[in-house]
Amino acid sequence: MTASAAPARRSGPGPAGAPDAPPSRRILVTGLSTYWGGLLAQRLERDPSIECVIGVDSRDPTRELERTEFVRVGTQHALLRRVVIAAEIDTVIDTRLTVDSTTVPARAAHENNVMGTMNVLAACGGPGSTVRKFVFKSSAHYYGSAQDDPAFFTEEMTRPHAPGTPIERDIVEAEASVADFAEKNPRTLVTLLRFANVLGPDVRTSHTKLLALPAVPMILGFDPRYQFVHEDDVVNALAHVVEHQQPGIFNVAGDGVLALSEVAGMLGKSYAPVLSPWGTGVAAAVARRLGVHIPPEMLGQLRFGRGVDNRKLKATGFRYRYTSRESVLKLSEHLRLHPILRAVEEPYRYEREVEEFLRWSPNVRDARRREDRAGSGQAAELGRGPGEAQAAPAIEGYDDLNASEIVPMVAALEPPQLAALREHECRSRDRRTVLAAIDKALVRAENGAN
Amino acid sequence: MADEQRSSLRVDEVLPEGGSAIPGPLPVRRDEDLREHLPGVEPERRLSDWGRSERIEGLFDRTLYDFFYNYWFRCEVEGVENVPASGGALLVSNHSGALPPDAPMIAKSIREEHSHPRQLHITVEHFFKGYPGFSMLVPKVGCVAAHPANVQRLLYDEGELVLVFPEGRKGTEKLYKNRYKLRRFGRGGFVEAAMRAQAPIVPVCVVGAEEAAPIFAQVGALKRLTGLLYFPITPTFPHFGMLGMLGYLPAKFKVRFLEPIHFDSEFLHEDKSLVQSVAHEVRARIQENLFEMVQTRKSVWFG
Repeated sequence: MTASAAPARRSGPGPAGAPDAPPSRRILVTGLSTYWGGLLAQRLERDPSIECVIGVDSRDPTRELERTEFVRVGTQHALLRRVVIAAEIDTVIDTRLTVDSTTVPARAAHENNVMGTMNVLAACGGPGSTVRKFVFKSSAHYYGSAQDDPAFFTEEMTRPHAPGTPIERDIVEAEASVADFAEKNPRTLVTLLRFANVLGPDVRTSHTKLLALPAVPMILGFDPRYQFVHEDDVVNALAHVVEHQQPGIFNVAGDGVLALSEVAGMLGKSYAPVLSPWGTGVAAAVARRLGVHIPPEMLGQLRFGRGVDNRKLKATGFRYRYTSRESVLKLSEHLRLHPILRAVEEPYRYEREVEEFLRWSPNVRDARRREDRAGSGQAAELGRGPGEAQAAPAIEGYDDLNASEIVPMVAALEPPQLAALREHECRSRDRRTVLAAIDKALVRAENGAN
Repeated sequence: MADEQRSSLRVDEVLPEGGSAIPGPLPVRRDEDLREHLPGVEPERRLSDWGRSERIEGLFDRTLYDFFYNYWFRCEVEGVENVPASGGALLVSNHSGALPPDAPMIAKSIREEHSHPRQLHITVEHFFKGYPGFSMLVPKVGCVAAHPANVQRLLYDEGELVLVFPEGRKGTEKLYKNRYKLRRFGRGGFVEAAMRAQAPIVPVCVVGAEEAAPIFAQVGALKRLTGLLYFPITPTFPHFGMLGMLGYLPAKFKVRFLEPIHFDSEFLHEDKSLVQSVAHEVRARIQENLFEMVQTRKSVWFG
């Protein structure tokens, strides 16, 4: 998925005036087990110019990783400094912030968001620190949602009222400590990204859950403005600021602000104004009893909505792949396919011994092969070489498709095409789900022939 | 009360509740011009990024506005050529009526009479966002909250027409006996907005709106009880219910667009005394023209 990053890389480094931090070689990703951490690590380890990727988290990784090294740390990340110093990390990417209170209990979220951020920053700063770049993933919840908001928040604005929900308080506090860190460590380049609500086929947030319901619950008499960002754009944006020198704060949100009724229309769902305009908190508590989790930080958004100005990031050369509208359409495509696909995809399970065997054992042939390839010139790793043309897959635009999009198409292919596709997949992205689907189709074809 | 200090364009933010949050700073002009990065138009959408709905606005325009404009108020328009045919411009008008009929009539007159019919963004106090129903409808028909950042984006970045009422709520609250006497023009925030965006100010005078929706009294106790912005006594409200707010008398409307005021150099808005004197100038011109229009009017109902 380097397609969108490639042209940016060609256009050279960031604008003049940015501190000239050397390009990132040794990267540490916090929150490896969160959705973003995992995806970002997968993305970074495909880049041959990056020497090492180390991921830390308190839980097991949720994605299959090739060369990223996983180190388990406590929730507070208290010992992180030793990891940073030992590995001479030059870039720290902090994707660990919890921005959805339905995923973890409030106390754990606070521990992670406030204490964790403090310790991560402490690990990056101080005398003799090797860290030259710090990227922090924050949320547009920083701005809150209030009646007297501007229609588009720009990066230098702060929220008009003090935050009322625990998650929002945490985010404001975490950002304050990042700002403090940036001030005290002028030699470290600090980039802070504020993401709008994320949508996409794979990510699970309160919003995707809400939009997956048979009808979209809304507050009676309110039609809030919503801006979304596609999950691919989130990873691309993080990778963009790792590749380029872009200090400062950036909003990340797709183009276009939609009304929630418009979103419901695009998803082909009805619009259910089930929450009362007065006593909405009580109504949300009732909904929670019924199994619909509406976190408190979302209630403000369901009432007043929020839009952010995404132009500052665009001005740095970043291009969004999806607008808000396209993200919603992608989600709606996924929601139609989801009931069929649920059985095919098997979740990844991390087992330390297996991972260590796969990585370090001299008996693993596959890893050897990869190493050789990396040694004998990186053309193969970068892919799309002319030599690959004859093995081009039978599915159009194959390289841009998700695993979930490819799987249903595989069944329609002929055995020779399947074999070619399998080879291509092995060489390019090596996704387990896709390979399993191809194998299954091959077996079926064989049985049919017999 | 803090609200008394607010104009419809609050440049100086009042102290936030809660105390710990830092008051929002002004939308400073960015060093780089970000206009080329504005999101493109998606033709499949029927709503703008501001929440404006072509469909609903068109429906209102064809039915309600058309009827009021042509038959009920019989609007008469002067000087519509003073509204620029392209680029941002800030229209500044006098204001009256419990549910003010003047804003949609000004918007309609530009659509009907101008050689380049353009849409007008009407700034409204952000209180509408708190009322269920209104909160849905008001943005759909082309209103935006009167926030300095919104005005700046519309005028400078998007180059749109924006209508402000610097009198704000003090204008719509005023009683019939005070008709056509302009209230204080806020703190000149609208002038700052225009200067920052380097957009011309077009003063607008509306005569007739005061008689169309006269307010005889304000009942403070009922206002507190109902939680409304204000509780006026008009010919049709409250005895005909909420719809009585729409019960306008058929006064003859006259809309006059005055010569635009241009601001050509940058950073004018930092000169507070200049801002104040321009605000006074705009107010004086509108007041003068209002008196003149009322003077020459032979009948309230037939013009």
